[in-house]
Amino acid sequence: MKLTINGETAEWPADTCLRTVFERLGLRGQRVAVMVNGDVVTRSQHESFVVHEGDRIEILTLAGGG
Amino acid sequence: MNLTERQIERYSRHIILPEVGGKGQAKLLAGRILIVGAGGLGSPAALYLAAAGVGTIGLADGDVVDLSNLQRQIAHATSDIGRAKVESAAEKCRAINPDVTVRLHPEHIRAENALAIFKEYDFVIDGTDSFAAKFLVADACHFAGKPYAHAGILRFEGQAMTVIPGRTGCYRCLFHEPPPPNAVPSCSQAGVLGVLAGIMGTIQAAEAVKYLLGIGELLTNRLLVFDALKMTFRQVVFKRNAACQLCGGSPSITALRDEAPIACVCAGGRCETAVT
Repeated sequence: MKLTINGETAEWPADTCLRTVFERLGLRGQRVAVMVNGDVVTRSQHESFVVHEGDRIEILTLAGGG
Repeated sequence: MNLTERQIERYSRHIILPEVGGKGQAKLLAGRILIVGAGGLGSPAALYLAAAGVGTIGLADGDVVDLSNLQRQIAHATSDIGRAKVESAAEKCRAINPDVTVRLHPEHIRAENALAIFKEYDFVIDGTDSFAAKFLVADACHFAGKPYAHAGILRFEGQAMTVIPGRTGCYRCLFHEPPPPNAVPSCSQAGVLGVLAGIMGTIQAAEAVKYLLGIGELLTNRLLVFDALKMTFRQVVFKRNAACQLCGGSPSITALRDEAPIACVCAGGRCETAVT
């Protein structure tokens, strides 16, 4: 299935959850904010959240500098 | 407010803009902007707001200028090393524009002093450099009902958003709470491209000016993500989070409190917990 992650669309296996996405992108265990189709995903649901064909996922790292 | 001839000349490139005009310039001269952190983000914001003729600029920072600041904190010069950042930055603002009153708050923003300082201003710019401070500014603006421009920078990436408390999505809607210690590196650990501070701080200044003028569309319900390596701006639209612990339907944060200073980085024997 197609997922658009941070603006780039790519092919992903069916029944992908965010945990798979984090693993493949090397983000597992990192502190990120996640939105799926514009809705913020609560952090406790990050790993188990199931995504679907055509979902737009935004993964945001935190920038604390100034 | 009547502009003097000198002011009409100084602000002529503003006044000629139909969206600004003499009335808009008078709004800027009556405007009060607080800049929390006179460092990488706060420096360009302060200098541009002074040049723009924002009548009252508050600078809040408890730090002194360090040699390692000068790669990006352009309000400070080599001769300012060891001097209070608020004094150094205020001097540059006054030199640019004597119309501006610069108010100094030579202290770090904490839960106990934030609301008293914030209430004196119309709009706040978050130029802080730690997650503890950024979440505190977010919370303080919520409780004080002050709109503000957030920005954060790290390595080659910058993020910015504007928040109108009670009306638009907030920093906690998206980022919930500060990361645990060492989960996210600080600029002193991971580095930051100097000009990135200028780009993001200037975006914050533009938001402050637009807010005072009441023109255009503010950067609300959107996080602007700038990648200096790719030279791209990505806009991430987000909605107010009904479960937000600060601005949601049943908030768990009901009073201002300090977050643990999790971006504390002890390097070379010096401990940087500062708001810069």
